[in-house]
Formats: sequence, structure tokens, C-alpha cells
Amino acid sequence: MSHATTMALLAISPLILVCLTVIVVMLSIAWQRNHTLSAILTAVGLNVALLALLFGWTLGTVDVTSVLVVDDLSRFGGVLVLMSTLACVTLAHHYLEGYEGPRDEFYLLLLSAAAGGLVLVSARHMTTLFFGIELLSMPLFGMLAYTFRDRGALESGIKYMVLSAAATAFLLFGMALLYAITGTLDFAELGEALSTYGSDPWLLAGAGMLLVGLAFKLSIVPFHLWTPDVYQGGPGPATTFLATASKVAVFLVLVRLFQSTLAFHENWWHDLLGFIAVVTMLVGNLLALTQNDLKRLLGYSSIAHFGYLLVALVVNEGLAVETVGIYLVTYVLTTLGAFGVVTLVSSPYVATGGTADASPLHHYRGLFWRRPYLTAVMTVSMLSLAGIPFTAGFIGKFYIIAVGVEAHRWWLVGGVVLGSAIGLYYYLRVMVTLFLHEPGMQRRDATHDWAERAGGMVVLGVATLVILLGLYPTPMINWVNWVAG
Amino acid sequence: MTLVWLILIPFIGGLLCWQAERFGDQAPRWIALGTMLLELAMVLGLWVGSDFSLPAEGAASAWTLEWQADWIPRFGIQVHLAIDGLSLLMIALTGLLGAMAVICSWKEIVQRVGFFHLNLLWILGGVVGVFLAIDLFLFFLFWEMMLVPMYFLIALWGHSGSRGSSRIGAATKFFIYTQASGLLMLIAILGLVFAHHGATGEYTFAYADLLDTPLSETTAWWLMLGFFVAFAVKLPVVPLHGWLPDAHAQAPTAGSVDLAGILLKTAAYGMLRFALPLFPEASQAFAPVAMTLGLIGIFYGAILACGQQDLKRLIAYTSISHMGFVLIGIYAGTELALQGVVALMVAHAFSAAGLFILSGQLYERLHTRDMREMGGLWGRIRGLPGFALVFVAASLGLPGTANFVGEFMVMFGAFGVAPWIVVISSVGLILAAVYSLFIMQRVYYGPPREETPLAGLDRRETVLLFGIVALVVFFGIYPQPLLDTSAGAMQVVQQSVQQAGAMTGGAQ
Repeated sequence: MSHATTMALLAISPLILVCLTVIVVMLSIAWQRNHTLSAILTAVGLNVALLALLFGWTLGTVDVTSVLVVDDLSRFGGVLVLMSTLACVTLAHHYLEGYEGPRDEFYLLLLSAAAGGLVLVSARHMTTLFFGIELLSMPLFGMLAYTFRDRGALESGIKYMVLSAAATAFLLFGMALLYAITGTLDFAELGEALSTYGSDPWLLAGAGMLLVGLAFKLSIVPFHLWTPDVYQGGPGPATTFLATASKVAVFLVLVRLFQSTLAFHENWWHDLLGFIAVVTMLVGNLLALTQNDLKRLLGYSSIAHFGYLLVALVVNEGLAVETVGIYLVTYVLTTLGAFGVVTLVSSPYVATGGTADASPLHHYRGLFWRRPYLTAVMTVSMLSLAGIPFTAGFIGKFYIIAVGVEAHRWWLVGGVVLGSAIGLYYYLRVMVTLFLHEPGMQRRDATHDWAERAGGMVVLGVATLVILLGLYPTPMINWVNWVAG
Repeated sequence: MTLVWLILIPFIGGLLCWQAERFGDQAPRWIALGTMLLELAMVLGLWVGSDFSLPAEGAASAWTLEWQADWIPRFGIQVHLAIDGLSLLMIALTGLLGAMAVICSWKEIVQRVGFFHLNLLWILGGVVGVFLAIDLFLFFLFWEMMLVPMYFLIALWGHSGSRGSSRIGAATKFFIYTQASGLLMLIAILGLVFAHHGATGEYTFAYADLLDTPLSETTAWWLMLGFFVAFAVKLPVVPLHGWLPDAHAQAPTAGSVDLAGILLKTAAYGMLRFALPLFPEASQAFAPVAMTLGLIGIFYGAILACGQQDLKRLIAYTSISHMGFVLIGIYAGTELALQGVVALMVAHAFSAAGLFILSGQLYERLHTRDMREMGGLWGRIRGLPGFALVFVAASLGLPGTANFVGEFMVMFGAFGVAPWIVVISSVGLILAAVYSLFIMQRVYYGPPREETPLAGLDRRETVLLFGIVALVVFFGIYPQPLLDTSAGAMQVVQQSVQQAGAMTGGAQ
């Protein structure tokens, strides 16, 4: 084996390890069904992959064939994807204990989706982009509809599947158009071709369709319509994965596209994107205002957060890449905390036929007086989503505003401020609900031993990290700065 | 390290209170009181042991005490704390009013006592942070952070609605107003930092470095407005005051005391420390507008106060009126006016706190804040109406009270700069007398609604009120210690205003 091949294999080893774990877990299920064993095997596999990823950092940028590249950005994305997947595994184990049907297959789906995420963050060619997105989405259909006897979960899975298919169609059509004009699918070559062909209408149509397909996955307005329903209906661990790993991976591939290919030099592209960003922030926040369902509310809030993130893409200079990194880290941590609490309160799964999870807001009324530490986690997450100082979320928001101010994009900055002000209303509403003394219609509650379980520990750890990074963000900034380098 | 401890003590005390709840309801109260007294003792120790006159020309720094450590080197952000006469006075006030807030909620708060004191102390910790931070990033952090516990204080322990407005609504309104305006300030801070970065090539949030950032006229104007709006919301200046009456009316007594006594002062402090020195020319150009806004505030607050039925709302509107004088004093920019602002801030903290504590005590006895339900209380409650008379007199600025000293100095100092503003604003003093006497007349005089006597003041309440009265009268008769302490800091502000005036005058 040549040296280059060895290097490539080493660099891509996290992906290989995750795929191997899929096979090992599958064999283990075939041999004997044991829920805990499957969960442990999955977690071990993911941890090994994570270690391989971290050790691989010394290799530098490695080209793995002509379609994948393993560099700092893809490792950064890989860490986020693997970490969120790990959190989902721990949450899923507790959650699925109450499920009567087959439980083990959930981990297979989760691992496959994680593999898709890893491919996506390394993609530098349209084929791998497509392959990654499909590998990420297909298992998600199954995960979202995993508890298929619940109408809500089934609806959520089918909705996501149908709309994903539509997005895929856009994506493929866009790629086909690009290929027809330029004759290449490689990001870098596409970038060169774009600058030579200039504003050929078919080229623009192709790029636009590509963006539409990705915008759908990121639920950017006006392609956000699926988000609230899917968030609300899907089982807790699946929604958590959708909100964290899946979005991070897709956003990072978008960043890579912008860096190499779609670095539109014409202003109207930036203006259009800026407009979409502002609309996304405002629509997400406005629609969240009147929600009485926590998971729906978080769905809308995630729309708004990706609106904020778009600011960095629109600016695409100066602090932009660093901002994306910081914001994604804080967003993932915070979202894991919020969805983690929702999942813990809904664990173990109880079949209802409708929506299984404890998602209506009134379930959380007075949670503080029953589960103070769990509520503290939720409060920290809400504060962080709202971008209040001394939480990680504030550092993210600080970066977004800084990047806007630096580039003098005052409309975007104004949108962020307005969006945050609106957002406060519903984050505060959730927060105060947790503390109100009057007992609500309490149907579900986290089990008493939640804090001793892996899922509980992960959630507590995440909340601690959110606070610590809010107090002392320097390590995170250094890390991201080095990645963005 | 003293400065770090000044910030940490309330936060640690708050956590202790929360955990001490398991030992019964009394434990958190005593811990909270002890914490605030410790804080107060530390500040007073600093006060006695330091010299606050301006250092000689060319001295290393103008601060009495300074502490710094690296925090986020990427942007040159430091944990940089410093104290001078002005911040020392404000922190002493925070400690004192904090202790009062604990004492006055001794019997009022009976539910979730530990968590209540956690929030109360964290507000105070945040406020102390605001007064000490001279790194703009850190300042902003504390500025925003103190809203969260205040929100909880109003939302969870507040009084439920008068006329359909709920406490959660009031708390949310308060939070959104201040947070959104705070973000404008963040934009202004970042604008300033990037302007500095553009000029020197290095990121810094340090107050001293940013002071001499070269700014174009328009940039300075917009950045100044960003700061001004954030401070104006909190002061409050009239078109931006919407949150204040609701927040005050629904807040528990301790919340109102903190809000009126300290939180409003953070805004005035911010203007004195940041808005004026950072953008002297722009502020100078803006001064007529600001003073007019102050004038409007004086009348608006006073007239609306006269029409209130809710005792706490009335006091809240009088705060708006008093803060109008503060605003005029700040933007007049003469040393006399600035010193008057300091005296007025201290005096208003005492008189407003006194009035809010009294209305809290009335509420505990009558279970209403509606003045139509009161009347004739002079004969029914032993002790309390007498104190009320003193605070009302202080509020209308009777000579012999600290409020008189403050208002007099502000008007005297501002007269040379803006004579007409002062002339018109002095009419506001008459309105102050009107609403103050309204309070006395409607609550304490007139025919009593019932004859049954109500519980008199117990020892805790008497000592508390006596303490405030003593301070009001003491500083009314002998305000010199206050003025000596803040003189150095105020001279710095005044010099920057004067230089700006000279420059713009020279340009014309």
C-alpha cells in the first residue's frame, strides 16, 4: 500500500469506523437482541471514531480520492456530528426502554445518519454532497417515524420524506444544470467555471436550485414549512439528531460551497441572501411567538437561528468563517440541552397513539419545584438560545453582530436585534412556565433517577459547558480560530 | 482582589441562600442580610481608606483601585475592574439598598424564600459589576445579565394584575425593552471597537484605549445614539419609559426598591462614565435634545403621577420626573450640575426606596395599593404616616433633605448653560409639590374608611425607616462627604465636556 493510500485511509478512518460499527451492531442484533448491548456498542464505536478523528488532526489536509477532502473544517464538523450523535445515543437508550417494538434498529439508523454527516462535511464534489445528504436523510425518515404507531411520529416521518424528496429533486436538477454548462462537478473547478461563464442564466438557475435544496434541509424561509410539524411529531432522540448533527453537517457543506464555488462576486446575490436571512430570522421568531408546544417552538426558534447564521455567509469575509464555527458550537450545545430535557421528560416512551412526547408547554409548568436541576438545564438552554450574557449563546450572538458591524451590513444587524427582541418573548415564556407554582396538567415527568443515567449526565454536562463557555470562551475561540485559520 | 470580591460576594451569597432554604425560611434571610452588610462594610472600608481627589497630571491612572486579567485575548477583552469616587458611591448605595431590600421583604416574601434571595443578590451582584467594569465587553455583560434575576423577581413574586396587566407581562415588557436597547448598545460598542481596530490595527475593549478613538462626526453621532438609547430606556427618558410603571406596580417591594434605587442609577452612571467621555463632541451636540427630553420627562412624570390611583404606579411616575432633572444635569455638563446629579441620585435612591418600602408596608396591612381604598390612615397606623410625611417632603425637594441639595445644584449648575430649560423645569418643582401632597392627602388624611386600628410598625420596620430618614436628613444638611468623594470623577467628565465645547466652539 502506498504512503498516500495509508494517509487517506487514516484520515478517513472515523467514517470507516462508524460504518464498521453499523455492521457490528447489525451482527450483534442478528445474534441476540439486547437493547443495552446495542446502545453500548454504538457508543463505543462512536467514541473510537471520535478518538480517531482527534488523533487524525496531526495529518493536516488530506485528499481522499478526488471527491472527499479531510481538512480542519471537516474534522471540526466531524467532532460536532459525532458528539451530537453520542448524545442522541444516550438519550435514545433511556427513551426507547418504554417502547414495545424492536428497539435496536434505531441505533443502526442513527449510525448510518452519522456516517452521512461525516461524508457531507468532507465533501468537495457534487457526488459526495448528494451521497452525504441522502445518507443523512434516509435513516432520518426511519428515525422520525420510528414509533410509527403514534400518528404524530408517522406523520412527521412521512412529511419529512416527501418534502426531502422534493428537495432532492431540486438538488439533482441544479447539479445537472451546472454539469450541463460547465462539464464538471468538482467544487473548485465549478468555482473557476462560474467565474468564466459569468451570469449564464442556466448556470444561475442551477446554482439557485442547488441552494434551494440545501435551504430546505436547513429550514430557511421560505422552505421551512416542514420544520414545526416534523419537530413536534418525531420521537425526542430523532428530533435531537435532526436539530443538531444533521443541520450542522448541511450547513458546513454550504460553507464549503461558498468558500470554493459560489463565492458570488455580484452584489445582488449577497443582497438576495441577506434579504432571505432577515426574513428567516423574523419569520422564525414571529411564528414561534404564539406556540404552546415546546417542540414546535424550538423548531421555529431553530429557523430563526439559521437566519442569524446566514449573516455570516452573506458577509463571507473577515470574521465570517470563525463566526460560523463559534455559532455552530454554541447552537449545538444549547440545542442538545433543550431537546435533551424534552427527551428526558418524555422518557421512557409511552404509547399514546397521538403525540408521544411531552411537548405541550403546560407539561412543564412548575417543573422547577419537582426537578430543580433538570429545570436549571432548561433555563440555561433558553437563556443561551436567547443570547443572554454568561451563556455560550451570547458569544455566538456577539460574533454574529460583530461580523455584521464589521462589514457595515446594518440591515442584517438590525434584523438580528429585532429578531432577538422578539425571540426573548417566547424564551422567557418557556422559562417562567418552568418556575410557576401552580401545578399544570402534569402527565409526564422525568424519572427520579434521570441524573444518574447516561442521558441525564450528558444533558447536565452540556449545560455546564454552556455556562463555562459563556464565562470563559477563550478555549473555544482559540480552537475555532485555529480551524478557521 | 478586593474589587473581584465585591462582585463575587453577592453571587456566592445568593447561592448560599438558595441552598440554605433547606434549613428553614429564616436562614436565607439572615445569610442575605449578612452578605449585603459584608458588601457594605467592604465598600465603607475602601471609602475610609482611600483618597479620591484627582491624581496629579501624568499619574499612571486615574483609578483609586484597579484589577485586570486577560479573558478573551482574541478580541483584547480583559476582566478589567476599577473604582473611583463615583463608582464607590454607587456601590455603597447598592450595598445599603440591598440590605434594605432584604429587610423589607422579611415578612412579605414567604414562598420560595431561598430562590427569592438568590435572585435578589444576583441582581445586586450584576449591578456592582456594572459599576466596576471598565472593559466595555464586561460592562455590557453585567448590564444585560442583571435583567435575568430581575425578571424572575417580578414574574414570580410580583403582585398579580391591577386592571388586567399581569406580573409576567410586566416582567417580559421590562426585559424586552432593556435587552433590545442593550443590543443597540452592543452594536455601538462593536462599532467603536472596529473603528479603533481600523485606526490602530488592534482589537481592544478597554475604556482607556477607546477614549481616544478617532471617529468621523457621523460615526460618533450614531454610536453615541446607540449608547444613549440603551441608557435612556433604563433611566427612563420619556418616549422609552413604557416598561417602568408596570414593572414597578407589579414588582415585590424589594424589586421596586432595587429598581428605583439602583437600577435606574446604572443608566445615569453609564451616561456619566461612557456616553459623555467616549463621544464628547457628539454628546455636546446632542445636549439640547437630551435636556429637552429631560424637561418633557419632568412634566410628563409629574402630571401622570397626579392621575394615578395605584400608589406604586404614582411613585414610579415621580421617578420619571426626578430622572428628568438627572438627565438635564448630566447634559448640562458643568461641574456643579454634575455634582448635583450625584447628590440627586443618592437622594432619590433614599426617598424612592423609602416610599416604596412604605407602600409595601401599607400593602401588607391593607392588601391593596389602590388609593381610593385608603384615606384617613393617620389615625389608624401608629408611626407609619409620620415617616411617610418625611419621605414625601424629601421627594418634593424640601430644604433640609438631600433631594433639595441635588435639585438645587443641578438647576444652579445648568442655568449658565441652558437658562430657559432651568426656568421651565423649575415649574416642575411645583408639580412635585402637588403630587407629593396628593399622596399625603389621599392616603393619610381625609375621612377614614374604617375605625379599626391597623398593626403599628414593628421594631424591624421602625429601625429600617429611621435609618433612611437619618440618611436623607444627614445628606440634606451636610452633603460634603458625597461631593468630596465624587469630585475627582466628575471633574474628569466635566473636562471632556469642556474640551469638546472648546473644539466645536473653535470650529465654528
